[in-house]
Amino acid sequence: MPLLVPNRYRGKLIVVEGIDGSGKSTQLSLLSQWLRSQCFAVAFSEWNSSPLVRETTKRGKKKNMFTPVTFSLIHATDFADRLERYIVPLVKSGAIVCADRYAYTAFARDVVRGVSRRWVRNLYRFALRPNLAFYFRVPLEVAIGRILGGRNAIKFYEAGMDLGLSRNVEESFRIFQGRILDEYEAMIQEVGFHVIDATGSIEEQQQQMRDIVMRELGESLRNGVMRASAGDMDAAQTAARVL
Amino acid sequence: MLLKQPLAFYSESLAGVDRDELQGKLIVIEGPDSVGRSTQVARLRTWLEHQGHAVLDTGMARGALAGKGISQAKEGNTLGPITMTLFYATDFADRLENEIIPALRAGFVVLTDRYIFSLMARAIARGEDRPWIERVASFALVPHAIYYLRAEVRDLLPRVVLGRGAFDHWESGMDMRFGADMHDSFVKYQTRVIHALDRMAKRYNFVIIDATKTPDQIFRELQRSIGKLF
Repeated sequence: MPLLVPNRYRGKLIVVEGIDGSGKSTQLSLLSQWLRSQCFAVAFSEWNSSPLVRETTKRGKKKNMFTPVTFSLIHATDFADRLERYIVPLVKSGAIVCADRYAYTAFARDVVRGVSRRWVRNLYRFALRPNLAFYFRVPLEVAIGRILGGRNAIKFYEAGMDLGLSRNVEESFRIFQGRILDEYEAMIQEVGFHVIDATGSIEEQQQQMRDIVMRELGESLRNGVMRASAGDMDAAQTAARVL
Repeated sequence: MLLKQPLAFYSESLAGVDRDELQGKLIVIEGPDSVGRSTQVARLRTWLEHQGHAVLDTGMARGALAGKGISQAKEGNTLGPITMTLFYATDFADRLENEIIPALRAGFVVLTDRYIFSLMARAIARGEDRPWIERVASFALVPHAIYYLRAEVRDLLPRVVLGRGAFDHWESGMDMRFGADMHDSFVKYQTRVIHALDRMAKRYNFVIIDATKTPDQIFRELQRSIGKLF
């Protein structure tokens, strides 16, 4: 479905998606290091990280002010800011932008919160279409095991507590993530995800990602994409930043 | 054209809203910058209250969630057109769900200084896709009446100069640099906004009011029309 804007620029956009605990951020970080080691200009963008919108999101979360629609819209605002100010100019200039979560996160999450599939897909129609979108498929229980084992307490909105699914945070998280997983699974064809089996070893998954990058983008990476000469490697390392 | 039947959504229904519960009236005053909307809203409020109606008045970027964030973002120099549109849409949704709908449930007359139409017109004036923003805003309630205070840019210019005495960066569309300076950009940007509003008039049943008349004449026209809603 040609919903998003095709990327006609020199640079590339690579995104990862999956439920919390699918290991996508680890994999994207490894992939970007690998690309950087080949002297490509690599930039990074994270979901929900625009400084312009941060205070509003914080206020809404702290006071539980969000409804499904305002939650969806503020995340789209955050996304638009990163896209307009950061992602598009960098891709235009020939960089490879790696995004940890993209519009598809909203397609899954906001729909589970109760906005319609059609509405949220239209909302993100201005987004640049990624050159590659990886989806890390993981069974719910595996992901939950990773989350509960490693991280701090699950937050209110992260657990979907605003949906009133359960009074128990862990139980609510489980139901919420399960529904998000269903939405991701249902959009694989529609958005053209490259599915990675996220139960495999970290090394196996990374190898798969690199193979797909070379297969799908190999030729165009050699032409067009911005590269530092080997001597500029230090510069390439310092230039990389996170927004 | 005035609407007497229960309120409806344009196309996306908001969860948890029973339309039959909405007993109040939703009245929208639209129009470009400096056309005199807020003067009329203030007078209408007093008049409606004298008539015994409880009135909520609300307007763009005044919501508890996003109002502050929008004004802060406008102080900087990085706010892009799509980001701005969506920030305003967030504020609108917040006010709709947390102020307007509760007031309508309680039987208030909600008087709103601009609605989704200015939001859409500004987006369209900045070159954004009309169907895109129309669908984004489609969770809005169809108002009982939409009054469009209409004037040409040449009528707005004296109000800006004699009123505030200076052009405003955003009201001049300077973020898009429509012209070489504030004046040129204002003229071009507001022309585009007015054109976009004109194109919505029929589709959304605007009641068009000639805003070059005196404030008293406009007020009486609004009174006569709003009186028919009760």
